[in-house]
Amino acid sequence: MQKKFGGAAIFLDRSDINTDEIIPAKYLTEVTKEALKPYILEDLKLDGFDPKGDDLKNATVVVTRENFGCGSSREHAPWVFEVNDVHTVIAESYARIFRQNMFNCGMLAIELPKQDIDALMALRQAGKVTVAVDLDAQKLTAQAGDQKKEFSFEISQFDKALVEAGGWVEFADARY
Amino acid sequence: MGKTLAEKIFDSHLRDEPFSGTKILNLDRVLCHEITTPVAIADLIWREKDRVFDREKLKVVIDHVTPSKDTKTATQAKILRDWARRHEIPDFFDVGRNGVCHAIFPEKGYIRPGFTVIMGDSHTCTHGAFGAFAAGVGTTDLEVGILKGVCAFREPATIRINLNGTLAEGVYAKDVILHVIAKLGVNGATDRVIEFRGSIVDAMSMEARMTLCNMAVEAGGTSGVCMPDMTTVEYLWEFIKGDFSSKEAALEDYQQWISDDDAGYADVLDIDVSTLEPQVTFGYKPDCVKTMEELSGTPVDQVYIGTCTNGRIEDLRQAAAVLKGKMIADSVRGIVSPATPKIFQDALKEGIIQIFMDAGFCVTNPTCGACLGMSNGVLAEGEVAAATSNRNFNGRMGKGGMVHLMSPASAAATALTGVITDARTL
Ligand code: SF4
Repeated sequence: MQKKFGGAAIFLDRSDINTDEIIPAKYLTEVTKEALKPYILEDLKLDGFDPKGDDLKNATVVVTRENFGCGSSREHAPWVFEVNDVHTVIAESYARIFRQNMFNCGMLAIELPKQDIDALMALRQAGKVTVAVDLDAQKLTAQAGDQKKEFSFEISQFDKALVEAGGWVEFADARY
Repeated sequence: MGKTLAEKIFDSHLRDEPFSGTKILNLDRVLCHEITTPVAIADLIWREKDRVFDREKLKVVIDHVTPSKDTKTATQAKILRDWARRHEIPDFFDVGRNGVCHAIFPEKGYIRPGFTVIMGDSHTCTHGAFGAFAAGVGTTDLEVGILKGVCAFREPATIRINLNGTLAEGVYAKDVILHVIAKLGVNGATDRVIEFRGSIVDAMSMEARMTLCNMAVEAGGTSGVCMPDMTTVEYLWEFIKGDFSSKEAALEDYQQWISDDDAGYADVLDIDVSTLEPQVTFGYKPDCVKTMEELSGTPVDQVYIGTCTNGRIEDLRQAAAVLKGKMIADSVRGIVSPATPKIFQDALKEGIIQIFMDAGFCVTNPTCGACLGMSNGVLAEGEVAAATSNRNFNGRMGKGGMVHLMSPASAAATALTGVITDARTL
């Protein structure tokens, strides 16, 4: 089943945020996804960011910079987003395994060029930002206060098929 | 145009190309450990698909926290153990016979040139040292690998790194790879295979090649690879002698995987390592690298020698050569974790364990342990470690702790003085 995308955005304005920051290794002893929920981004140190704050609690979209999700292969990183209803990540670029894990879980890891991420980040001045995703048109619409911006993105046929199938297990099981 | 080793493996293992650019490969090995596999197992059970595609091709180990330290890690181990028994997986390694995954699987001869290998572990790239395509994946990829024996990849382009010159005495594969990562940056090889070539690699042992390939992922690489040669054949010989009439015949067969002279590369780097000095990381990213000399005098609380990067017998020999007949500083806790039982036994026979113990080191059983801050030497807030591992992320060895990555010889020298020390100055 396809997941829901878009919604209120939170901004993590730094490159190279690694999976240890997204979900620390000490929680890898959990054997259910749900148990990870309270620990999202617990070790991320970033000005103005509070891992226990309302901004993160309300967010369903993460906007960030380059090489997001680098480091460990732990799928706990996408899972901690999944169980917190963050199904959409928008970044300048990703580490390979994290990106694949997102699509394998039927979630979206969207890549936008730096100037678009800059524009998205700038939109924060106008108020809280919400993002709408149109997968078929490959378009994002971001809105804050009375300001609205549109961006187009690329998604490969395979990644789209994974999102539509609800993930790689469903896709592979139907096919191999 | 010719093909790279990775391209040859992709061609020979292609199962399907559902969309242009997406290659579904047949897998020769699916490796499993107790951190990332239990969730895949739970999901397979939940989907009522508790099956394995080929129990001979699955290789399973409990290595990250072993023996289990608490109820949670015991539960993870139990899920993996029960599953391995249920499916009668012949190659399953439990307490007493287990070791760090990327050390024990090659040691058992499971990895061969031309193989496709996945594991739910980012340092799976280590196995590329044998001329295999070996990539770390997430749990969902692992789950599909276990069930169907396939994995999807975008065919990665290759960066060729020619390592030439001569390595100075006291400079090792770890120093070379830290230098390469500093050059490439933490995402310089994202979606790329790093091919290690040149006279330096030709002269390296399999152990040293594994150290190189192990850290390919720290530059973002999908896999690191070395070309199979006589060194590869010699290492594997006891496992393959039934398959070939002679070592020469094995070599000839393996040479089919070597990249063609006219293969296309995304990038080619020539690095002369003749002037390279012992390297060490600072800060919290593996591409933040200086020479040991530049950081010399920095105090450390703990020295950790082991892991899939540098916990093999050669590494222990290098450290022991520095430690022999000396005592580590009072201010330092020394921990050494031979990566597999065989390495432990060899070290015992060679008198290396004795040297470590005489020097004041704690010798632990084979495990990942403190490498990822889960057991066996977790750091307290504000503490600093010198380690032979591969990741210096903030909090990696314990919340609020920091890690300097270095070679086993450098770590041993640092243990002796209690401050970062170039072993050549002792
Ligand atoms: S030794 Fe460290 S890096 Fe290697 S597999 Fe274990 S936890 Fe991972």
